[in-house]
Amino acid sequence: MPHDHHGHEGDGLSDIEIRVRALETLLTEKGLIDPAAVDRIVETYEREIGPRNGAAVVARIWTDPAFAAWCREDATAAIHSMGFASRQGEHMVTVENDAATHHMVVCTLCSCYPWSVLGLPPAWYKSPAYRSRTVIDPRGVLAEFGVGLPDGVRVEVHDSTAETRYLVVPRRPEGAEGMDADALAALVTRDGMIGTSLL
Amino acid sequence: MNGAADMGGMHGFGPVRPEPGEPPFHHEWERRAMGMTIACGALGRWNIDMSRAARESLPPADYLSKPYYDVWLTALERLLEEEGLVTARELATGEAEGPGDAKALPADAVPAALRRGGPVDRPAETAPRFAPGDAVRTVNAHPAHHTRLPRYARGRAGTVARVLGHHVFPDSNARGLGEDPRWLYQVRFAARELFGPDRPEGDAVTLDLWEPYLDRA
Repeated sequence: MPHDHHGHEGDGLSDIEIRVRALETLLTEKGLIDPAAVDRIVETYEREIGPRNGAAVVARIWTDPAFAAWCREDATAAIHSMGFASRQGEHMVTVENDAATHHMVVCTLCSCYPWSVLGLPPAWYKSPAYRSRTVIDPRGVLAEFGVGLPDGVRVEVHDSTAETRYLVVPRRPEGAEGMDADALAALVTRDGMIGTSLL
Repeated sequence: MNGAADMGGMHGFGPVRPEPGEPPFHHEWERRAMGMTIACGALGRWNIDMSRAARESLPPADYLSKPYYDVWLTALERLLEEEGLVTARELATGEAEGPGDAKALPADAVPAALRRGGPVDRPAETAPRFAPGDAVRTVNAHPAHHTRLPRYARGRAGTVARVLGHHVFPDSNARGLGEDPRWLYQVRFAARELFGPDRPEGDAVTLDLWEPYLDRA
């Protein structure tokens, strides 16, 4: 059904676009939001805070044994010490993949995700398919990402039901022994830090 | 509550469809809905548990059929109205009938507000009841209000993996009854305990659970 709103500025806009625009106008007029603040929030997550933060944490865990030990003891303090302290990263736990265990992260109840180190979650992470199946069939979900685990590897899924945010530390790729932390960080993928891919 | 958001273990949603190189937003309205939600959260009139409860208590058919950020938007409209910051008529007409009863987060305060976040650990006057390695069983409770113990993990036996801290308790905080902080634990459950004997041996799921969700096993 065509949009039955009066006015010209809405032409070609969907109902949801009109609703969002109307709310922003209303809240701005009432002094409840500053549109420039909304811009700044969005820009922060489009340009500044993203998976490069998490990759730097992972590379440092691989290369700095004292830092790795600190993460096992108190990942919140260790990660915050790198300057990665922000919303949805207030309380952190790192989980390290090894030859015996593969870790995956999900939020079955909503879409909790470590924004401070990975940015905003991808749409699939928020989808009912991922949220419903990761706890009951993690290996089936991994197969949809093209990931098969070697025999004997157990899967441990972390359902983010509180304010603790989980960061998966993938296994360090073979053949990367001589690389420094910056070069290693470039090998670390977002999905690797959610646990839906291997490096 | 036993709502549509509590979907762990459900069937029928089809395969996961990753999108390579996916951007954080797919439409301009998603940017604005997300940014407004955070900006309005900074007004301090509700907490994160109230936000989640507002989203997750949508009627199941609405929750499942609305786009993700439409769920956010709908919850934002509801919270604004419940807190008296906007009226139903203003939402319906889009016409402001007076100034809002709160002061907007200014743009130059955004970086500090995002850095500060919202830590939920609180000082404790009690010692944690459980320690790593303790055998526990989750309660089999079905409260009609907001809770963070998913249905798939109720009445199940697990083992405490870590003491995570003394954290704000969502069941109370979401209802405006105060933070009521409780000890929080990471609890490990065998996949077979949660989902039956067909699951691979050794596979496990951990959940972060507050002390009132747990009994000694």
